[in-house]
Amino acid sequence: MKKWSFVIGSVAFAALLAAGGAQAAEKLRLLTWADYAPKEVVDAFTKETGIEVEITLSNNEEMISKLRATQGAGFDLAQPSQDRITGPQAEFGIYKPLDLSKIDAKLFIGSMLEATKANTTAGGKVYGLPHIWGTDGLVVNTKAAPGVKDYLDLCGPEVKGKASLRAKRPTLIAFAFSMGMNPFAAYSNEKAYSEMMDKVGAKLTECKANLKFFWDGKDALLAGLRAGEVTAAMAWDTGGWKLNSENPEIKFIAPKSGALGWVDTFAIPAKGRADDAAYKWINFNMRPDIAAKVAASAGNFSASQGADKLAAGKLKDQFAESFPLAAIENIKWYPAVPAGLEAIEGKVLDKVKSAN
Amino acid sequence: MTLVGNGVRGDFMSDSADLALLSVVKEFGAHRAVDSVTFDVAPGEFFSILGPSGCGKTTLMRMIAGFEHPTSGDIRIRGKSMLAVPANKRPVNMVFQSLALFPMMSVGENVGYGLACAGVDKIEAGQRITRILDRVGLAGFEDRPVTKLSGGQRQRVAIARCLVLEPTLVLLDEPLGALDLKLREHMKLELKQLQAAFNTTFLYITHDQSEALVMSDRVAVMNKGRFEQVGSPRELYHNPLTSFVAGFVGDANVWNGSTFGAQATGLGIKLSTGAALVGAGSGSGAVSAYLRPEAIALAAVPGELSSLPNRFAGTVSTVLFDGAASTLVIKAEGFPHLRATLPQAGPLAGIMAGAPIGFGFAPEALKIFPA
Amino acid sequence: MTALPSSERSLFAEKLGLFLLLAPAVLWLGVLVILPHVEIAVLSFSERIAPRVYAFGFGNYLEFLGEPIYWRTFARTAFLSILVTLITLVISFPVALYIAKFASGKSKPLLFLMCLIPFWASELVRTLGWMMMLRETGVLSFLLQKAGLASGPVEMLYNDASVVLGLVYGGMLFMIVPLTNALESLETAQIEAGYDLGGSHLTVLRRIIIPHAMPGIVAGSIVVFMLTVGNFVTPVMLGGKNGLWFTEQIYSQFITRFNWPQGSAFGFMLLLLSTVIVWLGLRLTGQGFAETLRKA
Repeated sequence: MKKWSFVIGSVAFAALLAAGGAQAAEKLRLLTWADYAPKEVVDAFTKETGIEVEITLSNNEEMISKLRATQGAGFDLAQPSQDRITGPQAEFGIYKPLDLSKIDAKLFIGSMLEATKANTTAGGKVYGLPHIWGTDGLVVNTKAAPGVKDYLDLCGPEVKGKASLRAKRPTLIAFAFSMGMNPFAAYSNEKAYSEMMDKVGAKLTECKANLKFFWDGKDALLAGLRAGEVTAAMAWDTGGWKLNSENPEIKFIAPKSGALGWVDTFAIPAKGRADDAAYKWINFNMRPDIAAKVAASAGNFSASQGADKLAAGKLKDQFAESFPLAAIENIKWYPAVPAGLEAIEGKVLDKVKSAN
Repeated sequence: MTLVGNGVRGDFMSDSADLALLSVVKEFGAHRAVDSVTFDVAPGEFFSILGPSGCGKTTLMRMIAGFEHPTSGDIRIRGKSMLAVPANKRPVNMVFQSLALFPMMSVGENVGYGLACAGVDKIEAGQRITRILDRVGLAGFEDRPVTKLSGGQRQRVAIARCLVLEPTLVLLDEPLGALDLKLREHMKLELKQLQAAFNTTFLYITHDQSEALVMSDRVAVMNKGRFEQVGSPRELYHNPLTSFVAGFVGDANVWNGSTFGAQATGLGIKLSTGAALVGAGSGSGAVSAYLRPEAIALAAVPGELSSLPNRFAGTVSTVLFDGAASTLVIKAEGFPHLRATLPQAGPLAGIMAGAPIGFGFAPEALKIFPA
Repeated sequence: MTALPSSERSLFAEKLGLFLLLAPAVLWLGVLVILPHVEIAVLSFSERIAPRVYAFGFGNYLEFLGEPIYWRTFARTAFLSILVTLITLVISFPVALYIAKFASGKSKPLLFLMCLIPFWASELVRTLGWMMMLRETGVLSFLLQKAGLASGPVEMLYNDASVVLGLVYGGMLFMIVPLTNALESLETAQIEAGYDLGGSHLTVLRRIIIPHAMPGIVAGSIVVFMLTVGNFVTPVMLGGKNGLWFTEQIYSQFITRFNWPQGSAFGFMLLLLSTVIVWLGLRLTGQGFAETLRKA
């Protein structure tokens, strides 16, 4: 009796799994960032194509980890940053090359498309297309901490106990620039890069006492800035502009040593099962009207040709305030991270975190 | 050494008493568990409190041990009031109903626990433990785990654990309750002998009248929070002062009836079933009468009982053979139900059911109390 | 094929029956417990040589031993976990003693319920609750300022004390339950006998109550220690920049460094730590593992 119920149970379970698999025919499983796929856009896409979109929110590291765990299965489209594609691809083989004939190149800002393609090319094949771009810089309460102009100022007495940053690689890069070094130039030389990172690590360790906390989720940081517990932080431009709308004293500042420019991409996981749907989603998203909606939702800029003309006026004003012309030219765009560098950075970050 | 009293004595409180209770009252909310109890226990005395469960005897003992505080009244040990003395400072030790031996300790550790608490040094404690175990017949048991002992051995450890501290008073809370009948009979004797050998004052509480009667110098019968009577076992048995004592101590035929006036030999009563009897006691109107089975004289011919004012004839309805404790159930005109002890040595030893029989009893044997 | 003698046949049938009976449990253990551990063990001995090329080696363990930050975090986690376990024990013991021996029959389930209520919310929510209490703009800081005990905002978050506080809070129920179980079986007369024979409060506690509660103490401590050492949310959230916990190292090796072999090695070190500490605890208290599990 017991044995039979066990057998029946197993069969039913297997059937359920199979049914689950079969049902996925017209579904796009999207691995993306918060606010990159607003409901309005998803609904319009489903209406137009009949394809359902299943969204999983994530960040760069988790995207790679998730795909690594399944060797590229479980999702049909991912949105890692452009510099984080070739390294993990070389290491784990989690993406499949893109079929560029299936995308409408005219929808993209030409120079950005070419730069991204170049940056995400491995073994002669392209793995990423640009979608959303923005910068990392400083979000500062200009009334409480008027003197914060560069990353290193986060370690100054003016913001003692009230500064915050992420214990992640952009912080290392930013501090390296702020300390007068060029980490991107050292990418190709592991030894030089390692020495540079050690210096940055020492500086950050020294700076640690100045920090309120290492922020991890964007919301925790914004809450801290709103409450006044944090007066200056290294963060994305989006967060700064969002707070600026609520409180004009809080501003996003492009640091003296340069804001860090990033581009989030479209990349297709190695074992994605709905490539056609994925290309449809990409083309749909790059239409200027749709791209403008997504950009407004994410609070960042789109790689879509013409979307900026449709962008909300407020964001344009905020961008203009944060980025005078010189600051735009000073943006440091991330080159692709060679495999192996992340291990060096990781260890430095571990040291910083465990220092007292 | 033994003081034999005549009932509740509140008139003297000598400092020579090991334990003295003065009008002790204990109330739990509206319920009065112990109601103005006064008594004293002389040094070396084996004093028992006998009563049914719920009569307040356990509460009384717990007050003496220090686990409960009296609502009013005083408890004195050797003349010193114990009210302000916590349980662990009183010169009183208790043998619990469950014995409460410490299962994670050996026999020696159990016995040595109190010595360690008192700060007795290790060498002396060891000697005292050995000596006491020797005296209670557990020589060489120091390292045995208490969980590996028989019921009787555990009993002795519990007593040794108290006696080793040489307390003024040992309290025993029905410690024989958990033992089987044979062992209980044996332990009664042993306890009595131990008490005599150590010459320590024992206060024993029980609901088992046989335990109380066999071991005690004096017994207090307790009912509903009060002492009904205090006296030697013999006194309680032969001269109960209240209906409750007559019914609770020993076995008795209990009849209801009413008085019809004083007779030459005693008080005349008529049972509700019709028989007219003469007994000892007081009261008028409704009464209860108590007659012990062994106080009934039996004869094959009623004429043999001519010296007794109460003489009747009946037939044997059942013979309950139980060796020396064998009884007859007799059916007789005017009596509801009658049990009489059947002596196994006499001529009636072989009597069978249905045989005619004569029976009688002295008026002093029939105790009459107002109902 | 020759027929088996009947006795052997029945033995065989018996063995088969036993096997079938145990099969689900073996399957369960094998698939859900042993297999993942074997995989992690194998992984922890692989070293990256080049992209997608791995070789057998002890490098991950050598890395752990050679890098002070890793074993310092490890030691710190072990030390704080033991501290948390001890504090939890000291706080929970009177609570359990009260519930087991002094609370009346009616209030007993109520008291248990009160201990249980915080666990209806998830660990995350409970931790967030503590953050709201302790942060600079939080409830406690506000009350202190209102009461005039502090001149400005007081930050009570992001230090070891707040981590220990959160972990003790999270562990208390798991200590109280086995302790109460153990203490409930302690006969009240034994406590009374302890006093009656002249024992002070301390003596009774030390020689009677604690020895009796020992299986509960050990069981509770093992559970709390394991929960604490393996906790992730509480140290990360309440400790902030200083709350380095070994599980965080494992998480970061797996998730942000993509270094699974190193993460596996760390995971094994944590398993080893738990095992060694539990073994030491059992040895020091003279308790058997099976007996402790039975009484827990």
